[in-house]
Amino acid sequence: MLKETGIISEEELNKILPDEERRKKGPFAVVECVEEIPCDPCTAACPFGAIPPFDNVNEVPSVDFDKCNGCGICIALCPGVAIFVVDETYTADKALLKLPYEFVPLPGKGEMVGCLDRSGGEICKGIVVRVQKHPSKTNIIWLEIPLDFSQKVRNIKLK
Amino acid sequence: MIRESEMLVVGGGPAGMMAALQGLDNGIAVTLIDDGIEIGGQLIKQTHKFFGSEMEYAGTRGIELGKMLKEKLFNYDNFTYLGKTTATGYYEDGVVTAVREDKEYMKFRPRVLLIATGAAERPLAIPNCDLPGVYGAGAVQTLMNLYGVLPGKRALMIGAGNIGLIVAYQLLQAGTGVAAVVEAMPCIGGYLVHASKIRRSGVPILCSHTILDIQGSDRVERAKIVKVDDNWNPLPGTEKWLEVDLICVAVGLTPLTDLLWQAGCEMRYVSELGGEVPVRNREMQTSVPHIFVAGDAAGIEEASSAILEGGIAGLAMARYLGAPMTDSEYRENSAKYWNELENFRGGPIGRRILEGLKKVLEH
Repeated sequence: MLKETGIISEEELNKILPDEERRKKGPFAVVECVEEIPCDPCTAACPFGAIPPFDNVNEVPSVDFDKCNGCGICIALCPGVAIFVVDETYTADKALLKLPYEFVPLPGKGEMVGCLDRSGGEICKGIVVRVQKHPSKTNIIWLEIPLDFSQKVRNIKLK
Repeated sequence: MIRESEMLVVGGGPAGMMAALQGLDNGIAVTLIDDGIEIGGQLIKQTHKFFGSEMEYAGTRGIELGKMLKEKLFNYDNFTYLGKTTATGYYEDGVVTAVREDKEYMKFRPRVLLIATGAAERPLAIPNCDLPGVYGAGAVQTLMNLYGVLPGKRALMIGAGNIGLIVAYQLLQAGTGVAAVVEAMPCIGGYLVHASKIRRSGVPILCSHTILDIQGSDRVERAKIVKVDDNWNPLPGTEKWLEVDLICVAVGLTPLTDLLWQAGCEMRYVSELGGEVPVRNREMQTSVPHIFVAGDAAGIEEASSAILEGGIAGLAMARYLGAPMTDSEYRENSAKYWNELENFRGGPIGRRILEGLKKVLEH
């Protein structure tokens, strides 16, 4: 359970993912923030208004997947480092994952890295497609991973 | 020589800096004394982004926020900053004494005084906890984030509150391995997003676990952890030795209230606020009329709430000194901070704080 381990459950994850139809249409944000905490920069981050403003700063964010186009601007602006973007239409058998990364050194473009799940275990390999540097120093790694692992991979390990 | 001053602020963390700014904005001369080597309190080592909302500078890293407030303060000619200056006492004639850089003895008699002294870390008594390699989380942050010194190669973090989780993440960023985070409570105390980010780096968070023993010849070499039952009793057979050279203790904070006690402020024990805290009104004024309080000294909370409380106190102190503002201006500006603070405390985490405040907030 999340409150005991720090790992979001399958059930909690399913609640924050868009429906199958939307997932087939292109990239979308996965906001892994399910606890009421006083934090709201994500609502102002989205230029498309896909994360509606809160009445109270402690609300849990929601995503309007009709408005979200998976641009990933929210990733570096989330203080909780809790937002990922997944494109399950990247190729026939590969997904593109954009993840926040606050470690040095940064991987290089084209580098093969170990892909870690939510418990930090390596589950597959991925290729770094792009490293997007952000002025806030929360950089964004674009990662090509096997499609089956699109909702499992959440971190990387450099060789 | 007694330095007569308008507003004296003890403590240059987020609460003290915000209060000083409010005073200066209203034309009050402000003296701020702080025992740190740099103004900013704990902000100067907080490399993570702050939560909250725009008014508390959400999304800004603590370290940047400290710089921002410092720049604003130093723009004022009537701002006097005395660093490496430790307040040592409060006397019945209203004099605050301090020692600057361990040599100069100073006396201040302010017309209005803010105690924004923050908090102290709670210690944890474990066998051999005097071995080198056992640190409080604040010291680990000072070493890493202020001095650029790695405190160890592999750490055990005690406590899964926000400080434990955040410092574990910062240890990973600095290149120190984290063997585990142990937490005696059955659940993680800090924000779950903080927990998730260290978990996905492979750090186990072991709730219902505690540390039993430390071993090492001349420094920490290993630590024994154990699972505990609901009454925190160790469960035999669950002991485990971890090879670590650093033990980081993050088991909570206690308000630093010595000056408030000395000044005779009415104090009450409020567990939700972390210990003995002063009774205050909505202006953050204590039972001694010219003494105000803000930040962790008023109750353990967050930097974000310290900023807002500092704003409230600073504004009220400026009015106390007769700064030119109408009652409606004052009420309007104070309400901005209060509304934001109430919004901030409007969730499950703030509920506990609000329960605590009921016991010390007098109208």
